[in-house]
Amino acid sequence: MDNLGWIGVASLIAAGLTIAVGCIAPALSQGKAVAQSVASIAQQPDEAGTISRTLFVGLAMIESLAIYCLVISIIIIFVNPFWSAVKGG
Amino acid sequence: MHEESLHITPDLTVYWQSGFFKLNATIVMTWVVMAILVIGSYLITRRLSTGTKVSGWQNLLETLVTGVRGQIQAVAEQDPAPYLPFVGTLFIFILFANIMAPIPIYESPTGSLSLTAGLALLVFLAVPYFGIRKRGFHYFGSYVKPAFFMAPLHVISEISRTISLAVRLFGNVMSETMVVGVLLSIVPFVVPMVMEVLGLLTGTIQAYIFATLTTVFIAAGTSGEH
Repeated sequence: MDNLGWIGVASLIAAGLTIAVGCIAPALSQGKAVAQSVASIAQQPDEAGTISRTLFVGLAMIESLAIYCLVISIIIIFVNPFWSAVKGG
Repeated sequence: MHEESLHITPDLTVYWQSGFFKLNATIVMTWVVMAILVIGSYLITRRLSTGTKVSGWQNLLETLVTGVRGQIQAVAEQDPAPYLPFVGTLFIFILFANIMAPIPIYESPTGSLSLTAGLALLVFLAVPYFGIRKRGFHYFGSYVKPAFFMAPLHVISEISRTISLAVRLFGNVMSETMVVGVLLSIVPFVVPMVMEVLGLLTGTIQAYIFATLTTVFIAAGTSGEH
């Protein structure tokens, strides 16, 4: 295979691995956060508003890690810099 | 259809171009959302009543403003009045930009990184603005806590949270649009509709999160705790 072919293969594998491996940790930690907050709401239903607001902000923070991975794999697939460099354009 | 549904950002749909200036879908759709919000608010607030008989639209706006005020009050633990215009505008704009997505020719402008980066830049500038207005020169004191060599780290954290604010909104809306686009080319019947409904939920939550995080950052800047 020529250079372009190798770059294509490497990019596809890297993009798939990025999103697959990169989602594991955020998924686990989001599950942990949701489980803990549901338990807290069950214990103290009066504080449900505060708990769920804090939960949303926390989930947003955790989720941004997964979204970084998504953005990286989209860059690799759609606007790959190495592909353009070898192809000469 | 395939070509149409699989571009990643509305920046690439160019309606009109003259030299360097492009009129792409992001700008046009932003104008559409702005026009709907401004004209709608004008029509509703033209005839406000203070009596017991209020129109349904006035009731809607009052509920919205009271709700945003209450949320700012709860998150920032400060008087919400100075922050209400900025945070409320961000919330309403992102909310409408997201939930208008099922309209056929409409493309969510929040699916473009340039728009979300612009909004995040506004937040980046608003934090020192509100901080200096509230606390004067003492605002810069929070940068050198607990020691003066921590200042670069504070600056880095401000920049990185701005980037993640922009990329979070962009990534959520764009991935949603893309999932619907991919599904349309595989199962074009009922399944994309379910994803659209899920997209309405995601869009609302993202608007809420953007506004809440803005409030958290501003509150951290005005109260002196990072």
